[in-house]
Amino acid sequence: MVMQFHIEGGDFVSAGKASSSVKRVLKQLNVPPKLIKRVVIALYETEVNVAAHADQGDIEVLIESDKITMVIEDKGPGIRDIDKAMEEGYSTASKTVREMGFGAGMGLPNIRRNSDEMHIESVPGKGTEVRIINTLKS
Amino acid sequence: MGMQIGNIAEILEAKVLTPELDTSREVVHAFSSDLMSDVLTGDYHKTVLVTGLSNLQAIRTAEMSDISEVIVARNKEVSKEMIELALENDIVLLSSRYSLYRISGILFREGIKPVY
Repeated sequence: MVMQFHIEGGDFVSAGKASSSVKRVLKQLNVPPKLIKRVVIALYETEVNVAAHADQGDIEVLIESDKITMVIEDKGPGIRDIDKAMEEGYSTASKTVREMGFGAGMGLPNIRRNSDEMHIESVPGKGTEVRIINTLKS
Repeated sequence: MGMQIGNIAEILEAKVLTPELDTSREVVHAFSSDLMSDVLTGDYHKTVLVTGLSNLQAIRTAEMSDISEVIVARNKEVSKEMIELALENDIVLLSSRYSLYRISGILFREGIKPVY
């Protein structure tokens, strides 16, 4: 099963809608609650990242019997130093984003914590692609 | 030992903004934060979120974190959209005139446990 979503940069009203839909579907599919939580928290943080930093982004969620793969591709400024961005506490977020309750440099580390696999590719000035895989362990 | 969210509303002199939902639910733990990324790092069970942040993302964060009760401190304005989103996700939403510190202190005194 594939689910697709689009996010506009700066849209903090809609950020979270994709995660909410995915959560509902995973619940219906009787996916274990702990895995659902990992998936939706990772996805929610990426949604907030797109709203906070990019011009726009597209999300694809592929739900299979043994794993859930999420690809978040955005058009935006990209990440110049991915290692730095992965450090807890490092942030380039604006004041507006901070006022929304985010922007403390916890997003990417939080995504990593909630992923079995996480890959980031970024081209400065163009955009970023984040791929997150969570497997259903027996 | 916990407390019903309805009783918590009473001792905090809080308004229940989602009267449609069951207020007999038990709360055992509380977590107070304005930083949603911090809330998103925790594991919660029967936990109420106390926050000074009154926006849609506070409700979204509760939804993603499996938190079913949220208290907004200091009578911050709560939008219609926040209430709708809370109802949609079965989240009891309270608004109290007390500060984050005072709410946390009262809940602690009443035996509500911290998460960490």
